Amino acid sequence: MLRLEAVGHVFGRDRTLETIDLTVAPGESVCLVGPSGCGKTTLLRIAAGLVVPTEGIVSDAFHRSAVVFQEPRLLPWRRLLDNIALGLKATAVPRRERLARARALADELGLGERHDHYPHELSGGMQQRVALARALAVDADLLLLDEPFSALDVGLRSEAQTLLLGLLGRRGIASLLVTHDLTEALRLGHRILVMSPSPGRIVHEERVERPFGERDAAFLYEAAGALLRQPAVADAFLFRQCEVTP
Amino acid sequence: MKRSLPVRGVEALLGWGGSLTGVLLFVALWEWGSLVYGSFLLPGPRDALAALGRLWQEGAASAVLATTWRAMLGFALAAAVGTTLGILAGLSHALGRALQPVSTVLLGIPPIAWIVLAILWFGSGSLATVYTVMATSLPVSFAGAQMGALTRDRRLQEMADVYQVPPLMRLFDFHLPHIASYVFPALITSLGVAWKVAVMAELFATEDGIGAGLAMARVNLDTAAAMAWIVLVVALLLAAEHGLLRPLQRRMEPWRQHGRGGF
Repeated sequence: MLRLEAVGHVFGRDRTLETIDLTVAPGESVCLVGPSGCGKTTLLRIAAGLVVPTEGIVSDAFHRSAVVFQEPRLLPWRRLLDNIALGLKATAVPRRERLARARALADELGLGERHDHYPHELSGGMQQRVALARALAVDADLLLLDEPFSALDVGLRSEAQTLLLGLLGRRGIASLLVTHDLTEALRLGHRILVMSPSPGRIVHEERVERPFGERDAAFLYEAAGALLRQPAVADAFLFRQCEVTP
Repeated sequence: MKRSLPVRGVEALLGWGGSLTGVLLFVALWEWGSLVYGSFLLPGPRDALAALGRLWQEGAASAVLATTWRAMLGFALAAAVGTTLGILAGLSHALGRALQPVSTVLLGIPPIAWIVLAILWFGSGSLATVYTVMATSLPVSFAGAQMGALTRDRRLQEMADVYQVPPLMRLFDFHLPHIASYVFPALITSLGVAWKVAVMAELFATEDGIGAGLAMARVNLDTAAAMAWIVLVVALLLAAEHGLLRPLQRRMEPWRQHGRGGF
């Protein structure tokens, strides 16, 4: 269980986060959605332990968490397998074993033909899959994802979402995913938290009961529409009431 | 529009033999200059080659060896010290602030002043030359390494934090490969400086070596011999760069090779 209690953060003179309560249960997928600059990336950094919040308590009872960033952040001078095995090397897993595990993951994520390629020889979608494999390689039971697919075009993004759903489901990994795309949140989350900017706070929580397999395009658009009809959500996304209602 | 035959011919040559074409064009220009100004002021390539043959028979090989030894020793010392200090200065802000002005001062002192100082300190001979080479090429490798260490990617550092990468692995897997990409170009520049300064220092400080040979050519008003020595220096510099540093860089940075497409 990951638990943030009354977390607030002040950066310089600006308050970026205000009294945020958030939990992620084992195996649960939580999506944080909000417009740009609402502090959701800062919140993810706090959850990852990369930033210490000015106020509040963070308790992380997960065995191991890993972060997938907006950009792949691969080492340009290491081959695909070595990049996947990076976290294993950091925990001193012997080379033969870590490469074997990296190879298995690369095959599972459809990177089988490119074991010896350097990152610049891979497309953007492949690089992001390598970053995902690197996070999975350390046997994380909590994945923190910061708009991992925002740089991909629509077709690739949908493909990557399907891949992620499969990987998380098969392994029972919990996830906290940050996105500015409502439909992405509705497709990937058990629970959706909507954030509003200045200062960043959670203004709405929505539980999506429908199984992942049945969330088709029609459902996503309809659910996104329903969500935007909530005044708090519409406010967060800077729609004024007069613009939403004719 | 169709381009004329000579234009296409030159383009083909440029594309096909790149640097070789450049060299040949340069030699042609040289030959033309020699025809215009006469072979006393500007001996042609053939005169220079003849002079080179003569010098070789008189034992130029030992001069080449002496100069190579001095230049490479000074360069290697400067590279080792400069790169190490540069990395430390880039990693530690305090050290960077302390060393930066020193490097700027060293960079500002003209090589000729170093030679005078070196002769006063060490007397004429190899040591003065090696010292001068080291003093002038050290700031170059220092600056390259420092710049490399300063421009480390913060986002990769954060990724290292996430995966709890231990310090030694951080150095070898994160910092050094990045720094190397700044150090190699600096070393290539520094190597050029080293050769030129070595020859110049020898002109004043030693009895043997290419610089001393140039001094002799000046005394004898032997322009062809001077040109021959110049050809020799350039050839040595090219050999050191393409025979030593570039292959080393290719070996250490295989990820920079243009590779298989990945789409």
